[in-house]
Amino acid sequence: MISVNGNQANSLIQVRGLDKTYRRGNEDIHVLQGLNLDVDQGDFVAFMGPSGSGKTTLLNLLGGLDLPTRGSVTVAGDEITHMSRRRLTQWRARHVGFIFQMYNLIPVLTALQNVELPLLLTRLSRAERRRHVETALAIVGLSDRMQHFPRQLSGGQEQRVAIARAIVADPTFLLCDEPTGDLDRKSADEVMDLLQRLVNEHRKTVLMVTHDPLVARIAKLTLHLEKGVLVEAGARQDAAAGAVS
Amino acid sequence: MLLKLLFGLGLALAAAAALLLLLLIVGGILAGLLAPFLGAVPVSYNFRSLRVRWASTLVAILGIAGTVGVFVAMLSLAHGFHATLVASGSPGNALVMRAGSTSEMMGGITLDSIRIVQDKPGVAHTPAGAPLVTQEVVGVIPIPLIRTGTDTNVQVRGVSANVLQIRKFVQLAQGRMFTPGLDEVVVGKNALQTYRGLALGDTLHFGGVRWKVVGIFNAGGSAFDSEIWCDARILSQVLQRPPDIFQSATVHLTSPAAFQRFKDAITSDPRLNLEVEREVDYYANQSSTMTRLITVLGGLVALIMAVGAVFGALNTMMAAISERGREIATLRALGFSSWNVVLSFLFESLLIAFIAGLLGCLAVLPLNGWTTSTMNMQSFSNVAFAFQITFGLLSLGVAFALVMGVLGGLLPAVRAARRPVALALREL
Ligand SMILES: Nc1ncnc2c1ncn2[C@@H]1O[C@H](COP(=O)(O)OP(=O)(O)O)[C@@H](O)[C@H]1O
Ligand SMILES: [Mg+2]
Repeated sequence: MISVNGNQANSLIQVRGLDKTYRRGNEDIHVLQGLNLDVDQGDFVAFMGPSGSGKTTLLNLLGGLDLPTRGSVTVAGDEITHMSRRRLTQWRARHVGFIFQMYNLIPVLTALQNVELPLLLTRLSRAERRRHVETALAIVGLSDRMQHFPRQLSGGQEQRVAIARAIVADPTFLLCDEPTGDLDRKSADEVMDLLQRLVNEHRKTVLMVTHDPLVARIAKLTLHLEKGVLVEAGARQDAAAGAVS
Repeated sequence: MLLKLLFGLGLALAAAAALLLLLLIVGGILAGLLAPFLGAVPVSYNFRSLRVRWASTLVAILGIAGTVGVFVAMLSLAHGFHATLVASGSPGNALVMRAGSTSEMMGGITLDSIRIVQDKPGVAHTPAGAPLVTQEVVGVIPIPLIRTGTDTNVQVRGVSANVLQIRKFVQLAQGRMFTPGLDEVVVGKNALQTYRGLALGDTLHFGGVRWKVVGIFNAGGSAFDSEIWCDARILSQVLQRPPDIFQSATVHLTSPAAFQRFKDAITSDPRLNLEVEREVDYYANQSSTMTRLITVLGGLVALIMAVGAVFGALNTMMAAISERGREIATLRALGFSSWNVVLSFLFESLLIAFIAGLLGCLAVLPLNGWTTSTMNMQSFSNVAFAFQITFGLLSLGVAFALVMGVLGGLLPAVRAARRPVALALREL
């Protein structure tokens, strides 16, 4: 179950009292302020919020790419906010699959080599790696594009290769930062179908940032980032209704 | 006191810094070369990145290749000069000069002394019983260079008629040996090619005498190939030297092992005030000044070029990492460690350096065997010698390239790895 109250026990991802303050010049920018979040295995949650509200910041903290000013992030019992940078790097390789708005494929590597990258950090043999890559590319429907370079693929295909790369090492959860932000409607629908299938058929856990309400609707729950904390869409409407009455 | 302490401290610090730099270079090269085994980022990433950024890669390659070329050329020049002079000495020959002389030019041995020397143990003899000793007189005469027409000093050596039995590697290539007592000369093959008017049958004027060129000899690429040989007695007269005084005697020994016995016999003889040296050692010493000069000058030029080349490589690698900031951040996000990133970029920079090193070596390879000439600082005469490029020098050239590569690549590699991931991911 997804919750923003911070009172859930034993959820897969537990975020407690997360603060993130950036310093720009003499000014402190308080982006996240006491944010709580619980996400269970197999959940699919969408984060929405205006530009600059801290969505990317939140994903970076959840994925161990950055450290919070205060608070904790615990994933499957590991508190990542106190890990050394070295351990954090290893933890990312093992537990997180990243999907970016601009795909972030390595342009000089083929689709196959891009997808293989996370496996190079495992002990798998060459043949086993190849098998995993083929499976991942089959899941995203690009088995016939293995030897293509990113520039030989459409945006939608590139993002599907990126998704294959994110799932190939079977991470604990996927973090998607506006995965359809640079795609046309049709490609966006394909990518969303794919993410939905990953959740429904492969029991993946997906946390996604999006601007697009149509995209957000596919998630099980949409959370809004407001003034540094997360609020449920329903709760916000209630609050708004309460304010009017 | 305090000053001395400070000086010592400074010296120790400098030594420590130098050691650290050396460790960094060696460690960097080793790590970079082993990156395909130590690191996780695939090397195809580096190969293809270099190809995609070919223009910038080429600039770095040319800078390093040019430096390596100059470096190897200079070393092969020094090596060729050294080899030419060393080839002039035979291990089975001993050179006898007046005690205290460092060069043949300064010698002075009387005929009486030479007669005593001839009878010493260790001196080889012909089957007929004649001692194998050549007593020699050397001088320099000006002859124009074929290439420029300007005069240069050419060494003329008066020798004994049996000289070919003593310097066995010297062979007549054309014509015949000079006849003792006649105004005839034989000319070394490099002298023939370098100086004017020395062909077989030509007449040469010096010392008021008309000399006829009756033979051309091949001295196996040694310094003798740049000389003109004639009868020692006639040369002595013509140069108006005192009669029966020679500058050196070269003795053919019964075996190279007989040297010590021969030397001891001479130095312990109270009648003689002579110095004995192996012929090889004499020529090796003669080459050292010039060899050092070429090496130091060449090293200096190469060093200055290397500074430029390192900055070229640095610039290329800096541009590479700033262009690929988001790629690097992506790799880091996927779980590649900063160490992996350092290794990958070190490898890439060493790859550039290695290709450049090979290219630089390849570029100077045609120089191998190419003959040039210079003044021998000891005899003040011109010596022809060839560039000698050896496998060892080529390896040194490639190693030099790798040093430049690691110096240019280390800083960018570390910078790439240290950049915060979250920040770099926001770059476009
Ligand atoms: N490294 C940083 N230094 C300073 N300010 C930053 C940094 N990263 C993000 N910010 C600021 O934090 C706020 C939230 O940014 P971000 O998480 O990217 O928002 P979103 O993804 O919702 O658009 C923005 O005002 C942004 O300018
Ligand atoms: Mg964002």
